[in-house]
Amino acid sequence: MLKIENLTKIFGQGTVNEMKALDNISFHGEPGDFITIIGSNGAGKSTLMNSIAGVFPVDGGSIFLEDRDISRMPEHKRARRIGRVFQDPLKGTAYDMTIEENLSIAYNKTRKRGLQPGISKGDREVFREKLRLLEMGLEDRLKEKVRLLSGGQRQALTLFMAVISKPRLLLLDEHTAALDPAAAKKVLELTDRFAEDSRMCTMMITHNMKAALEHGNRTILMKGGRIAMDIKGKEREEMTVERLIEEFEIDNDRMLL
Amino acid sequence: MLITILLEAFELGLIYSVLALGVFLSFRTLNTPDLTVDGSIVTGAAISAVVCTAAAQMPPSAQVLMSVLGLILAFVFGMGAGAITALLNTKLKIQPLLAGILVMLGIYSINLRIQGKANINLTNTTTIYGAVEEKMGDFKWSSIVLGIIIVAVIILLLYGFLKTRKGFALRATGDNEEMVRAAGISSDNMKLLGLSVSNGLVGLAGGMLAQYQGYSDVGMGTGMVVIGLASVIIGEVIFGTGSLMRRLIAVALGAVLYRMIIGVALYLGMPPTDLKLVSAVIVTIALAMGMMGGGLSVMKKRSKAGEKNA
Repeated sequence: MLKIENLTKIFGQGTVNEMKALDNISFHGEPGDFITIIGSNGAGKSTLMNSIAGVFPVDGGSIFLEDRDISRMPEHKRARRIGRVFQDPLKGTAYDMTIEENLSIAYNKTRKRGLQPGISKGDREVFREKLRLLEMGLEDRLKEKVRLLSGGQRQALTLFMAVISKPRLLLLDEHTAALDPAAAKKVLELTDRFAEDSRMCTMMITHNMKAALEHGNRTILMKGGRIAMDIKGKEREEMTVERLIEEFEIDNDRMLL
Repeated sequence: MLITILLEAFELGLIYSVLALGVFLSFRTLNTPDLTVDGSIVTGAAISAVVCTAAAQMPPSAQVLMSVLGLILAFVFGMGAGAITALLNTKLKIQPLLAGILVMLGIYSINLRIQGKANINLTNTTTIYGAVEEKMGDFKWSSIVLGIIIVAVIILLLYGFLKTRKGFALRATGDNEEMVRAAGISSDNMKLLGLSVSNGLVGLAGGMLAQYQGYSDVGMGTGMVVIGLASVIIGEVIFGTGSLMRRLIAVALGAVLYRMIIGVALYLGMPPTDLKLVSAVIVTIALAMGMMGGGLSVMKKRSKAGEKNA
């Protein structure tokens, strides 16, 4: 499904600020996998995700998605099979457009974007039906501008937009970090539900070690641009936050919360 | 007579409406103030003047067709100018403002080449305005009718386009480029499309302007972008931004209102030499008002949404 081989990314190469953000990383993600990624600041978590999404070119190695090499593909072309949610709830939606217009943009990811009407009657029915699953009452507010939504509602909408076009890979970069606890819980619940799709691989960066072990079926710990730990199954079930801290000398208060 | 002055301002204002709709596309939809406008409006004027002049020896009916062709080419050449700005910005990573300034500067020479001289006089040439006036039995305000038709058609086309899948992608690009790329859309292509159509409309406005006032001058573009911005902001503040259709109409009316303000100021004895200063002051006031007006309308909507939730 997702195959990463010897991925390397160096920022500021040849300068005094040279920094190896990704150091020869390799790993495979299977369909149906829900991988949580933890690590302290500067461990390379976001760099890894941005490299996969194509935000910047990598300095070495390759990325395969469904056996197709996407390492040189421009960001917007990769996006057809990758759904993304950012940490900042403002980044995932167009604020001056309505809920249904935003949904249409996401829904048409894999369809031709020509001079067809932006939203057909059928589309609107689909949106209303699927928005009901979020249980936020958004299905009755289709024509309202997104800027009127709260951060939690926006993030739930963004998450929904990321999966509506049935991507093969879902990248979540601390997507609950900017939300209040209640909204974060709700968005995490939705994440669990969407990640059940057996044809999609989900990767979630989180600063919360407890959440990292509770959600998903596999956990990766990154340190200094490398994968320091990669656990699943029984080994993961027996892992606790305390043992993680002990074994990997984590000294980040934020991760303990 | 004040009423005559207002009607004349209305006439001219309808041409500036086309300019304002073009500026709306870059300034609001793509969220970039595009300085190409000062150059592309002259390109439109120049090409339309040249085509009209070239028709001088043709039979009268062909002359009318040529004046229409002049307007079409004005749109096409304007699009070209916008496309160059967009490519400078997206392919060479030059800041949008700077890319616009570069094209505005360079295009001055191209406009001179198109015209072959600094100005072209069209007083004895058939223009679309002359032809329509004749058709309507020498009706004095025929150009208002023509202007309204052209502006209405453009608004309908723009509205239709902005409601298509492609139009959605274009609008989102100005809102949130990151989201657009994550949705599988090339933001570069959207900027190319948006700036091209925007400057196409600006070129068309230039072509109309040359045929309306009966001359084209390479220096006529100075400050046009400011007039366009002023029209957009005045229109939005006074006529509202509720729906997309309302907003487009507001922008078009903003241009008319702007011309009327200038017309009345001149009528009240303002020396024409002060025109540019007054334009700058009006835009400053309009920008300040836009800030406050925008805040107000958002607050109004928030409270409304709150009531609904309660």
